[in-house]
Amino acid sequence: MGNNTMEYAVKVQNLTHTFGTLKAVDDMTFNIRRGEVFGLLGPNGAGKTTTVRLLNGLYAPAQGSIEVLGMNPQSEGNTVRRRTGILTETPANYDRLTARQNLEFFGTLAGMDKTDLNRRIEELLTFFGLEKRADDLVGKYSKGMKQRLALARAFLHRPELIYLDEPTSGLDPESAQQVRELIESLRVQNGHTVFLCTHHLDEAQRLCDRVAILNRGRVLAQGTLEELGRRFLPGLWIEIGLWMPLPTGEEIISRQPGVLQVNVDGRALKVQVNSESQVPAIVRGLVEAGAQIVSVQPVKTSLEDVYFKLQAQERGEA
Amino acid sequence: MNWKNILTIAKKDWIEVRRNKMVVSVMFIVPLIFIILIPLMIILIPASSPEAAQQMFQDPDLAGFMSGLPDFISEIIEGMDVTQAGIVLFLGYMFAPFFLIMPLMFASVIAAEAFAGERERKTIEPLLYTSATDTELFLGKVLAAFVPAFLITLLAFVVYILVVNGASYSVMGRIWFPLPSWYPLIFWVSPAISVLAIAITVMISARVQTFMEAYQSSAALVVLVLGLLVGQMAGVVYLSVGVGMALGAVLWVIDAVLIRIIVRTFTRPRLLSWAD
Repeated sequence: MGNNTMEYAVKVQNLTHTFGTLKAVDDMTFNIRRGEVFGLLGPNGAGKTTTVRLLNGLYAPAQGSIEVLGMNPQSEGNTVRRRTGILTETPANYDRLTARQNLEFFGTLAGMDKTDLNRRIEELLTFFGLEKRADDLVGKYSKGMKQRLALARAFLHRPELIYLDEPTSGLDPESAQQVRELIESLRVQNGHTVFLCTHHLDEAQRLCDRVAILNRGRVLAQGTLEELGRRFLPGLWIEIGLWMPLPTGEEIISRQPGVLQVNVDGRALKVQVNSESQVPAIVRGLVEAGAQIVSVQPVKTSLEDVYFKLQAQERGEA
Repeated sequence: MNWKNILTIAKKDWIEVRRNKMVVSVMFIVPLIFIILIPLMIILIPASSPEAAQQMFQDPDLAGFMSGLPDFISEIIEGMDVTQAGIVLFLGYMFAPFFLIMPLMFASVIAAEAFAGERERKTIEPLLYTSATDTELFLGKVLAAFVPAFLITLLAFVVYILVVNGASYSVMGRIWFPLPSWYPLIFWVSPAISVLAIAITVMISARVQTFMEAYQSSAALVVLVLGLLVGQMAGVVYLSVGVGMALGAVLWVIDAVLIRIIVRTFTRPRLLSWAD
């Protein structure tokens, strides 16, 4: 267990949680390595929030085991929560308190020393661009400012593990970009682990080292994007750019061995092949037919493709 | 038990409470009526017209009531004229239950803000993600309601002493208030009733969605105190030192039972249902 504790920030084994007859979390198993950004993706009601609550000891699991930072959140919840930070789905700041008072409150509850807390508050208020409004009541803040304050609250006590539920929702593009950069910077800081719940698949694709895709409380798939792509979208897609459209292009490519699919989009041909080794023969065939090729590029698997394929499979559409 | 956490939660609630106009107005208006306006009316109107007071006390019903007073009151008003006796009777005895209404209202309005208010504004979830234990969360909020309710009642008592003695000095010719029965009332019964109000408000807060609903429901407890007021008027019960001590003891026992029940149910999974 010692080695696993060192390696993993979170270990979840066969976790199940029910509300009455509803299985909100159904036999979930996943591990999160220390220092990685792990994404939990899924539609509303997939069990993301319940999972985060279970990991923080707010609910007792019906079945299964959880280990967070080497501790059991059920019996050591207070210590676990002291070492984790969270951005909840809604900012949920105290509107009748100032930003500074909000942070002082949560920092004191996290056991921070007063001098360190004051220094940290200044640092975060400046980072999130709230320093000029630090002593205004939060009730007067815009939605984006409230979200930034909630983020500052999550990072305040320098938690080893940070849960971020839709961190960029309600933020303007500039602030959203700033938050993404913050998450990326945490990745490089030793020991920081980020657990990201998001609907933004492009955000997850950009930030997450690994993801788990959920539906109705179950993990449909998990792994790195490459692993998911290999498993659920086999084959390789290449895009061939032409100087002029070639009416016979589709027919020529389809004749080549190892070609699975061809889509023609004007001067661009999208081809799915078994492996890279088929690419030179395809290019040769096109050149011999008089095509003027300007580019040949592999198309990267997108998380969106994998996500929608899995959700469609779950609905029985594929 | 981490007292720093408990105090931090209580202090946060005090800041919030101070910015709730509804709570602040209850804290000002209720004492203003009970400890200044009504006492002044009771003292100054009869004092300015002794004939009217004379006439009032010759009313057969009131005369019957006066003759039925228990010894501990009769001994005090013996030898006084009707105006003096009236002031002592009303402000020294009949008025006492109002000093139970005040802590009850203060405690329930702050508790409604601290518990149901947190639920209404959906701020409870981040609080549940802190390292404070369930008991610390509960005690922090109880303290947030209890301390101001008790302190303002004490302050109101001090102001009442000044108003009553000051306004009645020309009639009474001496400092006569407080009477002995007030000490158990203020220091024993009033804190007990504050805790009762908080406990009931917490129970109500788990079932209603808003601060106003919680406050209005818990303020119905005032009826209990009005029962005491009516009981005194009807000559059924008088708040003597002994009655005060016994009433306080009963209330503290009820408080202990309720708090035990609440602490058992004041858990994170239950509180999360407030957040959803």
